[in-house]
Amino acid sequence: MGVGINVEHLNAWYGTTHTLQDINLNIPANHATALIGPSGCGKSTFVRCLNRMHETNPIARATGTVKMGDLDIYKDASPVEIRRRVGMVFQRPNPFPTMSIYDNVASGLKLNGFRNRAILDETVERSLKSAALWEEVKDDLKKKSGASLSGGQQQRMCIARALAVDPEVLLMDEPASALDPVSTSKIEDLIFQLKSQYTIVIVTHNMQQAARVAENTGFFLNGKMVEFDSTHKIFTNPKDKRTEDYITGRFG
Amino acid sequence: MSANPFDTPPLLDAARSLRGPGNMQSKRMRLNSVRRYAVNHLVTGLAVLSTLLVIAPLIAILAYLIYKGASSLNLAFFTHIPAPVGEPGGGMANAILGSGIVLGLASLMGIPIGIAAGVYLAEFGRGRLLATAIRFTADVLNGVPSIVMGIAIYSLIVMQQKHFSAFAGGVALAVMMVPTITRTTEEMLATVPHAIREAALGLGVPKWRTVLSVSLKTASPGIITGCMLAFARVAGETAPLLFTALGNQFWSYKLTEPIAALPLQIYAYALSPYDEFHRLAWAGSLVLIVMIMVAVSLVRIYASRGVLKGAS
Repeated sequence: MGVGINVEHLNAWYGTTHTLQDINLNIPANHATALIGPSGCGKSTFVRCLNRMHETNPIARATGTVKMGDLDIYKDASPVEIRRRVGMVFQRPNPFPTMSIYDNVASGLKLNGFRNRAILDETVERSLKSAALWEEVKDDLKKKSGASLSGGQQQRMCIARALAVDPEVLLMDEPASALDPVSTSKIEDLIFQLKSQYTIVIVTHNMQQAARVAENTGFFLNGKMVEFDSTHKIFTNPKDKRTEDYITGRFG
Repeated sequence: MSANPFDTPPLLDAARSLRGPGNMQSKRMRLNSVRRYAVNHLVTGLAVLSTLLVIAPLIAILAYLIYKGASSLNLAFFTHIPAPVGEPGGGMANAILGSGIVLGLASLMGIPIGIAAGVYLAEFGRGRLLATAIRFTADVLNGVPSIVMGIAIYSLIVMQQKHFSAFAGGVALAVMMVPTITRTTEEMLATVPHAIREAALGLGVPKWRTVLSVSLKTASPGIITGCMLAFARVAGETAPLLFTALGNQFWSYKLTEPIAALPLQIYAYALSPYDEFHRLAWAGSLVLIVMIMVAVSLVRIYASRGVLKGAS
């Protein structure tokens, strides 16, 4: 089951650039939350702070509190532990090119030293089914490289890979922006099904997508969160003038 | 012939007839197209010629070695040690074995150290002063003449131990392998997309494991090529062995004793005044080059096994 995330006074920097400025936000458990906003507004930095990927960049740093349930992720746990509990799907599909489809999906477990074949087999099958890819690849799981799949299939494989380590939260950083419309709609269907079991945070440039998949939406602009409300409210009756300008296409 | 339809004359005619014959612009366009066509073929031709020039010496050397050396190759060459002067027959079995031992030793020391240093440079030392220093040292070391390397190891190991040894030869060759392997490893790791590292880190895989199982594995074809290049380069080195392994006319397996090596044996025989020895030196050269080719091919075949369908 997913857990909620509570963000208080989150600030983030790349070098001297103040990328995120005092973000306060409550992300409810087992819902999909969309983050929208123009390029460079800090959406990606924000989700990267939620699984401590932000700090893999040597010039980046962050302050503030991020709580997953009762766990303060910056104080009570190591980054490695947090990343096992908070899965991430990236903008471009990033399969491991040297690994088969099976090994790609099992990689999170295998690279952490897990070797039980029966459980691995079962996890791979369950994850691929959750990611709606099982039927397409079940015959060449170990024969084909993960990189030989189409872009849309690769992205669903990456989702399966993230699901295989059994996270509580799934972060998706523009998961469909590099995909064609058919693959995009498959990913959206998937998000719809997955949110019953996971807390999902999805960054997107596509406002229809936010409206289709997310209960709540946050609007980011220039490193600040301008508005956060139910998706319906944001798209029909936003409080802030800047939100209205953005969703009606007046800038960005 | 040309794959590009815009360079073909029929289209030129079409363009001209569209524009009309007296049009200045069409004339210039036509001239430009003719020039493009000519330059295209000229440059392609030059590239083909250069390729031939690159391959030609290798083929010439191989052909000449076979012509000069093949007739002296027989079973005894691979099973006997050198015969005393004046006696017919004899072989280079001890030198072949010696080369194997010295090169094996050099690879055992040089490859792990070289790869580890390359991993440090690419994955951990980005932007650090130490990394810059290592990189600079490796580049300088790469340019040190091999005879200097031999003398350095001579004073560091041979003079201390007061005897020549296979071990000292192995160290000399290992030091020569390290810079090439380090720099290739670093460059190959730099070509591994950052997104793949992030994928592993994002799954909660520790950094050391990511480097080992993802970065290194993805870069392994290039790293293996680098190791093979370094190996092939030192396999034929004579100078660093002159003051270290020294050479030996008899069987020797011990790392603490002087040992024979093919390049040393070829060097000694080629300088001797006897025709029989000259012939053996030619045969030895042929065997050396074939051994290097076989070793490199075997590693390549082994490394490409198990590559999956569609893997890049």
